[in-house]
Amino acid sequence: MRRVTWRNLVARKVRLFLSAFAIVLGIAFLSGSLVFTDTIGESFDQIAYGTVTDVAVRPETGNGDAIAMSVNREARSIPASVIDEISALPGVERAQGAVNGGGLFVVKKNNRLLGGTGAPTIALNAGRGEPIPNAAGDQMLKWEQGTAPVKDGEIALDARSAEVAGYALGDTVKIALPSDPPILKAKLVGIFGFTSGGLAGATLVLFDDDSAQKYFLDGKDAYSVIQVEAKVGATQREVADQVAKVIPEGTESVTGDSVAEESKDLFDQLLGFLNTFLLVFAGIALVVGTFLIVNTFSILVAQRSRELALLRALGASRRQVSSSVLTEAFVIGMIGSTLGLALGFGLAMLLKVLFSQFGLDLSGTSLVFQTRTIVLAYAVGVLVTMLAAWIPARRAAKVPPVAAMRDEIAMPESSLRWRLLIALLFGFAGAGAMAAGSWLDVPRPIVWVGAGIFGVLMAVALGSPIIATPVLAVFGAIYRVIYRSVGKLAAQNARRNPRRTAATASALMIGLALVTTMSILGASINTSIDKGVEREFSADFIVQNVSGQPFSPEISQKITAVPGVDAVSPAQSIVFKADGTQVFASATDAEQFAEVFELSFASGEAPTADNTIALSESMAESIDRTTGDVVELTFSSGSYDATVTGVYADSNVVGQALVPLSTVTTAGIKRGDTSLAINAVDGTGTRTVRANLERAVGDNPTIVVQDKESYAEAQRSQVNTLLYLIYALLGLAIVIAVLGIINTLALSVIERTREIGLLRAVGLTRPQLRRMVRLESVAIAILGAVLGIGAGLLFGVALQRSFQNDGISDLAIPTGSLAVFVLVSALVGVLAAVLPARRAAKLDVLRAITGE
Amino acid sequence: MEKTVAAHAHELTKTYGKGDAQVRALDGVSIEIYEGEFTAVMGPSGSGKSTLMHCMAALDTPDSGRVTIGSTTLAKLDDKALTVMRREKLGFIFQAFNLVPTLTAEENILLPLSIAGKKPDPKWYANVIEAVGLADRLKHRPNEMSGGQAQRVACARALVSRPKIVFADEPTGNLDSTSGAEVLSFLRRSVDEFGQTIVMVTHDPVAASYTDRVVYLADGRVVSELRHPTAEKVLERMSVVQRRIGV
Repeated sequence: MRRVTWRNLVARKVRLFLSAFAIVLGIAFLSGSLVFTDTIGESFDQIAYGTVTDVAVRPETGNGDAIAMSVNREARSIPASVIDEISALPGVERAQGAVNGGGLFVVKKNNRLLGGTGAPTIALNAGRGEPIPNAAGDQMLKWEQGTAPVKDGEIALDARSAEVAGYALGDTVKIALPSDPPILKAKLVGIFGFTSGGLAGATLVLFDDDSAQKYFLDGKDAYSVIQVEAKVGATQREVADQVAKVIPEGTESVTGDSVAEESKDLFDQLLGFLNTFLLVFAGIALVVGTFLIVNTFSILVAQRSRELALLRALGASRRQVSSSVLTEAFVIGMIGSTLGLALGFGLAMLLKVLFSQFGLDLSGTSLVFQTRTIVLAYAVGVLVTMLAAWIPARRAAKVPPVAAMRDEIAMPESSLRWRLLIALLFGFAGAGAMAAGSWLDVPRPIVWVGAGIFGVLMAVALGSPIIATPVLAVFGAIYRVIYRSVGKLAAQNARRNPRRTAATASALMIGLALVTTMSILGASINTSIDKGVEREFSADFIVQNVSGQPFSPEISQKITAVPGVDAVSPAQSIVFKADGTQVFASATDAEQFAEVFELSFASGEAPTADNTIALSESMAESIDRTTGDVVELTFSSGSYDATVTGVYADSNVVGQALVPLSTVTTAGIKRGDTSLAINAVDGTGTRTVRANLERAVGDNPTIVVQDKESYAEAQRSQVNTLLYLIYALLGLAIVIAVLGIINTLALSVIERTREIGLLRAVGLTRPQLRRMVRLESVAIAILGAVLGIGAGLLFGVALQRSFQNDGISDLAIPTGSLAVFVLVSALVGVLAAVLPARRAAKLDVLRAITGE
Repeated sequence: MEKTVAAHAHELTKTYGKGDAQVRALDGVSIEIYEGEFTAVMGPSGSGKSTLMHCMAALDTPDSGRVTIGSTTLAKLDDKALTVMRREKLGFIFQAFNLVPTLTAEENILLPLSIAGKKPDPKWYANVIEAVGLADRLKHRPNEMSGGQAQRVACARALVSRPKIVFADEPTGNLDSTSGAEVLSFLRRSVDEFGQTIVMVTHDPVAASYTDRVVYLADGRVVSELRHPTAEKVLERMSVVQRRIGV
């Protein structure tokens, strides 16, 4: 039996290669994602462990919420006087203050921002005296050129940033600061490397201590962190405990190990999303690939049924027949996984390059190949292939030995009734879960909708042979009218084996269902943005930082003085917890705000006094508070109570809550404007005012002036970039589906060799024959498109419903795009038919007909 | 009465394989097929009778020599012209019935016409259907028919486009004697009543007895010919031929 299996593999190289290719792509994606995320992880681990000192003293973090910490720029610091006390401790070798500042940008030579919205730019101080080494005992910075800055007007940059920005030692570097002055011009006096590998694209700017304190700590003689080096022989724990006794209240002493662990956890949290995101697409590719493999094996088994019957007649047991098929699957799975791993490695390299374009530079870290990646790739690849071959293998075993004697063999096929039943079960369960997620008040509705989508996809895939019949009948009617007998033949070929046609179409269906879902979501988001902007953007202009970072309040003062400007309302975005629920809020000056925005209040009014807050309707509902109630606001610096002054209709511009500007200072967050809403004096030309504003913002490339259109456009373009990325990833599923169609058609052509010979003998020309194959292919592709778009419409609407309160308020169905999808599918059908059609046309009539 | 030549093969040669495995299937064979006649081509296995028919039917090309159908020389035609020639001038009946399984009997019969985008001549179509005796099975698919019925559908398909010549390759090879007789009587009738020209390859003396003329092939050449055959005469001539070539 083993020899028979092997011969079969060798004899059907091309077909097997095609089906193995589906596995190759799926596994490549899986292993590529794993290798890439492991590499990022490794890179961040190096950063996490390479940047901690033995012991660090820092302001107490309270709730160490990652998002809050990245949005709120905390100005809390530790007075420099503590350093002497710490240095005097018995276990301490040395202690030094460190400043960590954010919100700044290096302006490249071409006047663009370095990094932009990608990896952050971090301001550091050079330190007084020799810098404290990291916990491993190494200096963190490695000087390549020049020296550390010692006075105001001098800075040093990391080597990659200096290179990318185009600055050389001695050049004057422009830096956009979050404080005054907004643009700093400083001399580049040093260029350094980072001892523990790469910086993942982050930019480090080194200032002298006084300047760092001036720009990032409001000029206080204080530090963000006190770094402590332990004496030889003293453990981190011992030293941390000693230090804890002398530091002021509100600060904490932590070991380097636990800081590293914390930042590692934080990175993992952020990267977890990326990891899941990529793995979801790998999963989709594998599911689609599974369809392809099931189909290929089914067809191969059907074609070999006479041979299998012969084996049975010669005494092979059922088990031997089915295990022969499964062994083939195993071999294909192994080959596919191996190739997939290799391709995955390439993919990871490609991702590395791609992400470095977005600012996540990993050149300091080589690709990480974990044993787990290899094991998983083989396990998944082989398992999926064998699972896919299991049903055809069982069917193969059912071929009765007597079939070897018969001329025409009908494969034993399981009844469609069971399939329908299971499909209905999946369908109802899926639709139910989706409905629950969309309309009912269930926890984590998105999970319900997601599970529902999976259920419905399975139902459509399983039920597709039944759903396909009427669709293909329509094709038959249309084809017959347009293409006469060739059309009729094509349509009937497509209907000949509904399972095969449907399974082939299902692969495309899944891809298109997801693409449709995403396009509906995208269109809905865009419409929601447009409507939201239309509704709420009552200002004439808005001034923002390109990356959403707060900027110096000086700009707001400058702009107030611009001719033609009537009113300016500054706002700062902050994040906190209100009674334990995370809230994205805007801090504004109520009076200025009212001059520019009209917020419609369901009850009460905007907050003006200290310790007050207004809530959006949905937030008020979710924390069950209304006007007059008291909520507890929690920042990392502590908690305090605020009275609810009003509840307003949900607004994307304001966010979930509105607080007075005093809240920012109370919470210990550094003041900086996230946006300025500006009204022009009536009657002033918009263009003139805009030009004036741009002149006032000056040569600071971090600040952009937008009107209604460009604001909406900027918002949309963020969404669209993400959408295009998702489309690109889903494109993979489509590629696999196309392979599936090619495979099915090629196998069908082989199966129908004799028939094709006859058609040619009775006068079908080669072009007519090619058209016949092409039309069948187009029918399969459009069937997939119709099913996919139908399912996608359902999913899109359900998802929009479940996100209704999270910013996707309006449903939009991009009919134009959907029509394009159908057209593209038809094109896909035409393309997929090229090779099989050519093969069919090339068949030698005589040989085909005499069946040699 | 001078007979009109419907098809003419002149000095055809055809060799398969290379070196030791070389087989000379046709060795300078020449034959004329007359209009309105039922011709049988007979010969032992490997005599080249199928190859001859395939070459004359524009399904295969000879290495040398010339085939003329009516006034057209096949060698000058490209694939497209050959296809049109098959579609319009030739009809085929195969041993394995070769019906399209997705089409009904009627659709199979009309296939050559519908491929060409033509409508059948209703009177002729009715004649053919009546002659094959399939009027009540027209809506059936091939898998719902017996072998004899399927082969009669194939016969009707070959005749429906009023071809100049019908080529039949062992049309009764897969049939029992009763079904075979039905098919052969139908072919005979189409010659007698419609004046159809038919060339049939067979090794069955009974089948050959339905024809007007039997041509014997051996080793790629015409070795003998018999007019107005009966089954006995055919058998007798076969044994003579076989003795002469030493089989």
